[in-house]
Amino acid sequence: MGKNSKLQLIVDGIVKNNPTFVLVLGMCPTLGTTTSAINGMGMGLATMIVLILSNITISAIARFIPDKVRIPSYIVVIASFVTIVQLLLQAYVPVLYDALGIFLPLIVVNCIILGRAEAFANKNSVGDSALDGVGIGLGFTIALTAVGLVREILGSGSAFGLKFIQGDGMLAFVLAPGAFIVLAYLMVIFRTITKKA
Amino acid sequence: MEILLIFISAIFVNNVVLSQFLGVCPFLGVSKKVGTAVGMTAAVTFVMAIATLVTYLLQYYVLVPLHIEFLQTVSFILVIASLVQMVEIIIKKISPSLYQALGIFLPLITTNCVVLGVAIQVVTNEYDFGAGAHMLGLGQSVLFAIATAIGYGLALILFAGIREQLELSNVPKAFKGVPIALLTAGIMALAFMGFSGLV
Amino acid sequence: MAAKSTFGNMVLVLSGICLVCSALLGTIYAVTKAPIEASEIQKVNAAIAAVTPSFDNVPSEAVQEVEGGQIYTATQGGQPVGYAIKVSVGGFGGPLQLMVGFTPDGSVYNTSVISHSETPGLGAKLVDEESAPRAQVKGKNPAVNNIAVRKDGGEIDAITASTITSRAFLKGVNAAYEVFKANCQTVNTENNGQE
Repeated sequence: MGKNSKLQLIVDGIVKNNPTFVLVLGMCPTLGTTTSAINGMGMGLATMIVLILSNITISAIARFIPDKVRIPSYIVVIASFVTIVQLLLQAYVPVLYDALGIFLPLIVVNCIILGRAEAFANKNSVGDSALDGVGIGLGFTIALTAVGLVREILGSGSAFGLKFIQGDGMLAFVLAPGAFIVLAYLMVIFRTITKKA
Repeated sequence: MEILLIFISAIFVNNVVLSQFLGVCPFLGVSKKVGTAVGMTAAVTFVMAIATLVTYLLQYYVLVPLHIEFLQTVSFILVIASLVQMVEIIIKKISPSLYQALGIFLPLITTNCVVLGVAIQVVTNEYDFGAGAHMLGLGQSVLFAIATAIGYGLALILFAGIREQLELSNVPKAFKGVPIALLTAGIMALAFMGFSGLV
Repeated sequence: MAAKSTFGNMVLVLSGICLVCSALLGTIYAVTKAPIEASEIQKVNAAIAAVTPSFDNVPSEAVQEVEGGQIYTATQGGQPVGYAIKVSVGGFGGPLQLMVGFTPDGSVYNTSVISHSETPGLGAKLVDEESAPRAQVKGKNPAVNNIAVRKDGGEIDAITASTITSRAFLKGVNAAYEVFKANCQTVNTENNGQE
């Protein structure tokens, strides 16, 4: 084992198992919160925190949970962490809390988290699960930030909040259609690049 | 009149999947055949109507009076998960053929953001229909859930129809599968944008 | 690897998890309660300060819930200097929440858009204080001026290509004025009577 494979866990989460471009999970927040680079990044980070915490917890208690109540137990754990992140954001970063809106509680049903709990955390050590959480979380955050950045540049003429044109951009991109279209093209680009690599 | 507004708004103007982005994962996954899409719609409508009813009562008769609104996320998702489990058992008993037909999609309704999303929307006071800031009544909330589910089904079935055709056409290799589905959804979303301003 | 799925085990584990989670949530809730309330109050007061002349009280502490909206009275040295009225009307894309500030004589001091679902680039321009309807409604008195878009015979210019949003905005201003007339003017005449 050793350091290389630990690092590999993280890299896999970003490239080979990228939740957005490869696994096609967590689509709802990917489309709904990427109206700007910062919103996308914020959502990605919030999800990553929940993912890491839930992976660690579930990995630690998996063996004590009877098989039949597996899913409800995981759901309670995940929902609790989501609520904690909700409360902390509402108290200390209200701007991000307002921007994420309904997608914050929806992290609970983000298939990524339950998916990783089932596919990885309940079969691996706490350490590995944490790293998997970091990798997948980073993959998600990078994907969301990328989609958000493209939509922001094309749709509002700004990047990370800094405007570089006068007036509005191509508004369709900050609206629903743009989300689907930008995601489609980024997915194609990602897959083409990683296939060659 | 207001009921008609609720329906038109939820199905067309604020279509849950094409303008609110709820329920996209199963939207991309289930909609390959029109038949499955119809079955999924029926199941989702049923679950959503009951889930909204129960969570509404839960919010206003338990969470709010006891000042434990922060347990909303946890309690709502538990209600939904249990409901889906119950619906599964009931359908299995009543109509094993329907149960077989729906297959894995039934338990997957739990993680469908539409259900949780709508449940939360109806109890968020900001959400009203322009008739003044008042909370939705129980009846209106359930109707809203049903209307949303119909809107979801509409998008799902239309999408399935298009995808069945896409299977037979010449799609560039890099776009095959999810990317072309996303582009299709994007164009559909563009079309649905034409409904805004209707209500 | 997992424990056996006996009924006892299942109940025990599920209850245990629920208990621990509830305890954890309860703790975090208690810790964050104060900052959350503080930030909500700050938001309200900032919204009020944006639409009324300067005041020295804390209007959010004495909100009046009346039919049609909420009234926050801003006072300076005990005398009312402004009334910030929160109303909600139907906009183009969804509910439009406004805070309209009136001076005691009934003229609009300023307006603020609290939340909206209008189209970006069109109706959403309403959030800009310099946009036509918001800039022009400042200082007007609904009792004297016709607060409506020019298309409807009024004195206010609409946002280009966003007549519906502009109409909704002015409907909101008029609705706020109705609340003002019904609740604040009587207070004023009482004060005037006492002098």
